[in-house]
Amino acid sequence: MGSLLSACGINVKKKKVEEERRLRANDREFNLSFKYANNAIKTSKYNVFTFLPLNLFEQFQRLANAYFVFLLILQLIPQISSLSWFTTVVPLLLVLSITLAKDLSDDITRHKNDKQVNNRKVEVLIDGELKTERWMNVQVGDIVKLENNEFVTADLLLLSSSEPLNLIYIETAELDGETNLKVKQALTLTGELCNDIQRLAAFKGEVRCEPPNNRLDKFTGTLVVGGETFALDNERILLRGCTLRNTEWCFGLVLFGGPDTKLMQNSGKSIFKRTSIDHLMNVLVLFIFGFLAFMCTILSIGNAIWEYQEGNSFIVFLPRADGANASLSAFLTFWSYVIILNTVVPISLYVSVEILRLGNSYFIDWDRKMYHVKSDTPAQARTTTLNEELGQIKYIFSDKTGTLTQNIMTFNRCSINGKSYGEVVDFAGQRVEVTEKTEKVDFSWNLLADPKFFFHDHKLVEAVKLGSPEVHAFFRLLALCHTVMPEEKTQGDLFYQAQSPDEGALVTAARNFGFVFRARTPETISVVEMGIETTYELLAVLDFNNVRKRMSVIVRNPEGKLMLYCKGADTIIYERLHPSCSKVMEVTTEHLNEYAGEGLRTLALAYKDLDEDKFAEWRRRHHEASIALEDREEKLDAIYEEIEKDLILIGASAVEDKLQDGVPQTIEQLAKADIKIWVLTGDKQETAENIGYSCNMLREEMTEIFIVAANTAEEVREELVNARKKMSPESGDEPPMEKSRFLGKKSQVVEDEKVDGEYGLVINGHSLAFALQKDMQVELLRTACMCQTVICCRVTPLQKAQVVELVKKHKKAVTLAIGDGANDVSMIKTAHIGVGISGQEGMQAVLSSDFSFAQFRYLQRLLLVHGRWSYLRMCTFLRYFFYKNFTFTFVHFWYAFFCGFSAQTVYDEWYITLYNLVYTALPVLGISLFDQDVNDRWSFQYPQLYAPGQMNQYFSKMAFAKILLHSCYSSLILFFVPWAAMWDTVRDDGKDIADYQSFALLAQTCLLIAVSVQLGLDTYYWTAVNHFFLWGSLSVYFAVTFTMYSNGMYLIFTSSFPFIGTARNSLNQPNVWLTIFLTTILCVLPVVAKRFLFIQFKPTINDKVRHKVKQAKAEPPPPPQRFPRRRISTRRSGYAFSHARGYGDLVTSGRFLRIPVKSRPALFSKNESPVADSTPQTYISIFEETQNP
Amino acid sequence: MAKKAVGLGPLSRRPDNSAFKQQRLPAWSPSLTAQTVLPIFYILAVVCLLLGIWLLITVQNTHQLKVDYTDAGTCERCFELHANNTRTVCTCSVNFYVPRPFPGDVFFYYGLRNFHQNLRRYMDSRDDAQMVGRKKNLKAPSSYCAPFHYDANGVPIAPCGAVANSMFNDSFTLMYHQANGAEVQVPLYRKGIAWYTDKNVKFRNPPTNNTFSLRQAFEGTTRPLYWQHSVYELDDTDSNNNGFINDDLIVWMREAAFPNFKKLYGVPNRAQEPFTEGLPAGNYNISIDYNFPVEPFRGRKELVISMVTWFGGQNYFLPIAYLVTSGLILVTAVVLTTVFVKFGKNGKNMEE
Repeated sequence: MGSLLSACGINVKKKKVEEERRLRANDREFNLSFKYANNAIKTSKYNVFTFLPLNLFEQFQRLANAYFVFLLILQLIPQISSLSWFTTVVPLLLVLSITLAKDLSDDITRHKNDKQVNNRKVEVLIDGELKTERWMNVQVGDIVKLENNEFVTADLLLLSSSEPLNLIYIETAELDGETNLKVKQALTLTGELCNDIQRLAAFKGEVRCEPPNNRLDKFTGTLVVGGETFALDNERILLRGCTLRNTEWCFGLVLFGGPDTKLMQNSGKSIFKRTSIDHLMNVLVLFIFGFLAFMCTILSIGNAIWEYQEGNSFIVFLPRADGANASLSAFLTFWSYVIILNTVVPISLYVSVEILRLGNSYFIDWDRKMYHVKSDTPAQARTTTLNEELGQIKYIFSDKTGTLTQNIMTFNRCSINGKSYGEVVDFAGQRVEVTEKTEKVDFSWNLLADPKFFFHDHKLVEAVKLGSPEVHAFFRLLALCHTVMPEEKTQGDLFYQAQSPDEGALVTAARNFGFVFRARTPETISVVEMGIETTYELLAVLDFNNVRKRMSVIVRNPEGKLMLYCKGADTIIYERLHPSCSKVMEVTTEHLNEYAGEGLRTLALAYKDLDEDKFAEWRRRHHEASIALEDREEKLDAIYEEIEKDLILIGASAVEDKLQDGVPQTIEQLAKADIKIWVLTGDKQETAENIGYSCNMLREEMTEIFIVAANTAEEVREELVNARKKMSPESGDEPPMEKSRFLGKKSQVVEDEKVDGEYGLVINGHSLAFALQKDMQVELLRTACMCQTVICCRVTPLQKAQVVELVKKHKKAVTLAIGDGANDVSMIKTAHIGVGISGQEGMQAVLSSDFSFAQFRYLQRLLLVHGRWSYLRMCTFLRYFFYKNFTFTFVHFWYAFFCGFSAQTVYDEWYITLYNLVYTALPVLGISLFDQDVNDRWSFQYPQLYAPGQMNQYFSKMAFAKILLHSCYSSLILFFVPWAAMWDTVRDDGKDIADYQSFALLAQTCLLIAVSVQLGLDTYYWTAVNHFFLWGSLSVYFAVTFTMYSNGMYLIFTSSFPFIGTARNSLNQPNVWLTIFLTTILCVLPVVAKRFLFIQFKPTINDKVRHKVKQAKAEPPPPPQRFPRRRISTRRSGYAFSHARGYGDLVTSGRFLRIPVKSRPALFSKNESPVADSTPQTYISIFEETQNP
Repeated sequence: MAKKAVGLGPLSRRPDNSAFKQQRLPAWSPSLTAQTVLPIFYILAVVCLLLGIWLLITVQNTHQLKVDYTDAGTCERCFELHANNTRTVCTCSVNFYVPRPFPGDVFFYYGLRNFHQNLRRYMDSRDDAQMVGRKKNLKAPSSYCAPFHYDANGVPIAPCGAVANSMFNDSFTLMYHQANGAEVQVPLYRKGIAWYTDKNVKFRNPPTNNTFSLRQAFEGTTRPLYWQHSVYELDDTDSNNNGFINDDLIVWMREAAFPNFKKLYGVPNRAQEPFTEGLPAGNYNISIDYNFPVEPFRGRKELVISMVTWFGGQNYFLPIAYLVTSGLILVTAVVLTTVFVKFGKNGKNMEE
């Protein structure tokens, strides 16, 4: 729509493309001269004045509406008008006003949202003083002051901050979904401005930088202050959408505002989504137009022949207008029949479709089983036009962090010196499911314990209290070997700032078990060991990186002994162990397998006593290496390697990356419904793989899991091809393209290829970048689509969208993207359906989504229940709607052969007006709002019921053709039976009944009753509302008919109601009712017989489940209580720590610590939000949840 | 939306737990099982059979006789006269034989074939407002009546329009040749042949009273082109049967749905011998004032004598249709049963 509007020049003024941005701080006049966008955003479409004209303009672009205006014009020509004007105007007005009302309410919501964002307050430096301003009034070049936990107003150049070294911390969750804090640093020059308002106001720096773009990770520009030029890069830029954390205040210079910000540039155009049924309907409507023209042509030819043969001799009784002859008459007849047969192009169809989609959206909003109690968030259908597509999903693209996982790490299990802890067993030694009620370990003996930490195995704490040296060593290691920064605002109130949640979890665990990491300086680490303050001298941090997959610290303990503590991926540690610990190694390996089998992230821990002399020597070389100018990294690695050997294994830790509730079950259900799930995550490969296992996507039973991690395009291609050949040796080099339907136009749809066995594919970010190149796309798609599960790691937001786009383009399938962060926005917008996880901090994903709810597990209900029903209802509706309208219309066609093709209608004009709007509107709405083939529990029990939707089985061109034939048959019955029954008969008192009006009444009554019974046949689920609608509509029909044919109506509106008395005189005749009865059975029984035969010959999954429901006569058994899946695994998780190189440098450089820390607000203050219930949560089946009022 | 005010406690946004909103409305969900479908088919087969037989017996006992007089007997002359476009009064007569007596009330119809009263322009060419006796409309006929709304001199036509203009205007006199050779005129009762609602509501004369006659009421209008009499002179025997409420006019104005139709002409008065028992068998003769031209549109005219039962006139369609339907349903039912037993394995194939 946007492009269209811009084409019309209505609201988008094309600006000259900006090539470089120039701005001056504190110089509004100068900046305004460039006409940069200010910070107001606008997502709404209309304002008060443009609403009516624009909306009507848009509505009339709809083919159907335009068509009806055209009809209206035709009807105003007396020679053509075969129907009164009201038959078209009444429905048209109704349609227009309903759509108008809906668009209005939608736009008001958008206005409200915009207003809320635009009216946020921020402090702006104007004329030398700070003033509170609304966001929308902020201009490019303004200096704004941000305070802790505030949203960043616009894209800013960081000038100064409250923190040392002009650092600030920001959370970028809204932008890229990563919740760990990032550091930004201002230029020293501007940092000196501090919070000195006078100096800030006098600051006259001039910035030249790139024009607005959507690259989140790149920025180039220069700052000129007093003739000196400074380079600006991404390090200095704060982007809109970030949140300031852990920083008291900072000042920034606005570079890009509102629509120019990288966030808004990234959100892309809002694409107007249409469902595949919409597309199909457009095709069908075109076909119907053709068909209409065809019918009208036949009838007008008939008219020409008739006029020539008969009409010429009838002019005695009915003279023609001047100059008229057979051919003119035929021409006029063509248009007359266009009017009469217009009901094949159903105008009220569009309204009804909108209404039923809206209704089904409300059911989603109202569903208590998709309401999340903890965050008080109900599900929400934000787009009300896509419901039925939810029943056709074939591919799901899911974000990981925040969607599948909670991004909370908990220390769950550990193996110390060959003994495993953390499992709760009952008296019989049976494993017990951990629930909220399970008794927790009491940490009250430890004053410094973190109250939010829970553990359930009492043995471990007993071991600690008994003073087992191995256990102590284990926790000591955890307390020492890390790069966590502590914060202690008040005595005993400790906060850890960890770069990755894993590390935080481990250090917190050590803290609770009595080894409290309390403070660090560049040279020391202070730990409270079982209540005793101990200080270790920190000699070296051998930092983590992706190759090493381990980190070590070298410390001197208070006794003066040198120790090296190391933690890392088990495989890596095992290679470096002393041969003496082979026995412990064996047991620990078993435990590691067990943990990994449960999807936990494991680390092996080891230590080593160091020799003073050797260390001194090593230290010297280390220093040399660390100041080397060339190959510093490699040299350091080699040095590290030297000392990290002959380690003694202590044990292993297992951290749970807590999944959202019910994720594995949901994924299993969705897999049963034959939905393929692709995980697109910004995480690194190991983490992603790990999660893949723990949430059941990757399984040990899978035939093979391919990992594509290559460095060049050629290698990537090779790996992809190899994988494909392995899965399906006979698959050819050329992708199997679907046969194109339209001549000349090459189809881009790749057909599915058959594969035996289940496969998984993991592809890393680097390879993905190559694979997404134009020439390799299809290769990637073919390979990926053969796999059950696809996991893409290290994916950028743009790539996410590209992947979705790829599948959308080359597969004839409906895609759904689900995510929670701003980094998912692009994919949410690209996919056919976008789902946002709501109830957490970031709202970006939700705002651009079509549906939102609080938990991933609700997805199964959304798809398997709501989606399936919506699809079923929509298709039932469409099939029935076309049937009833075609049948209605075809009767006119047959009558033409009896009335000299004169465009005489069969029915009363009022009946024609009201048939769709009144007599049949509600019953069909009833069925399309309330129908259920089986209820929700059975839908869950048999996810296979979802398959017909994916295959478009309920409504397709084929189904449409069948409807056409069925209508043809019904209309033949509905015309010729009344004709034959009436044409030569009379009433029981000898008076007329074969007259036109009685026949019209008979024909319309037959039709209405036949289609009503047909509706009854199509209804699976007869609620009181359905009964009410159906019987009500029939009663209304008779009531309205008798009213319109009454004396009063005739005497008041003589020319509009000429059917006076027809109902009274003809509906009391037995032969009329006998005819109605006969037509009804003849219309309905063949359908019953056909359906019965189909059920007998090849029952569908639907029929079978319904049969089961009948047999069971009760609810399905509740799903079995499930324990977490155990996996006998040979595969273990790796070192799944931080995304990047650790904080090691910072820690040892002491840059953080030079100036005593001022009282800072808590870093993870948001952990007090409901998300932080780090209580081990167990999956409550959604059947049980929220049932009690 | 069902959103309540936000911020009223932890569960403030929880949706209501109503059966409607949770889509748990109690419902009846029937399905097409053998236990329901097969009995329905058998029962319907029997019902249709019985109805068919009953109707067939009824129709068998309904007699009807059609006499096509278009060019029969002496009417051939009139027919040719009309064909040569000579509009002179022509009278002719046709003899016919009634093989068996028509007991009870007998109805006389005139039938027309190939006369399209159902053409759209023809049907529209009338003015109901005029014929309900509105003074305003009487002198200002609707434009739908064109070209029959004003005559050549611009005088409004009443009743206007093509329908009224083409009113059937043959008249019949029916003579019964008794066995003893005497001729008796069949006394025809020619009123009460239109629908009650038409006669009393739909068609009304312009207001008249003792001093203001019907002729005066119609002053300033002229008769339709093809008419020989003015509308207020249609019935010279009964002054109350004139104007728009003339029975023949009303019957004609109720347009037929199909090109072949018959319209009620009159009912023999059974008060008179030998017609007290109905219409006796024997020879009859009709003399016809042959006015209505059918040759331009290759139509036929006929006289229909018919009995009427509760089921209406003699129409064999419904009885036969019911019998055929019954047969079809029975066949289908047998097929369905076979399929159910053989392929559906008595419903076993549903359980997999």
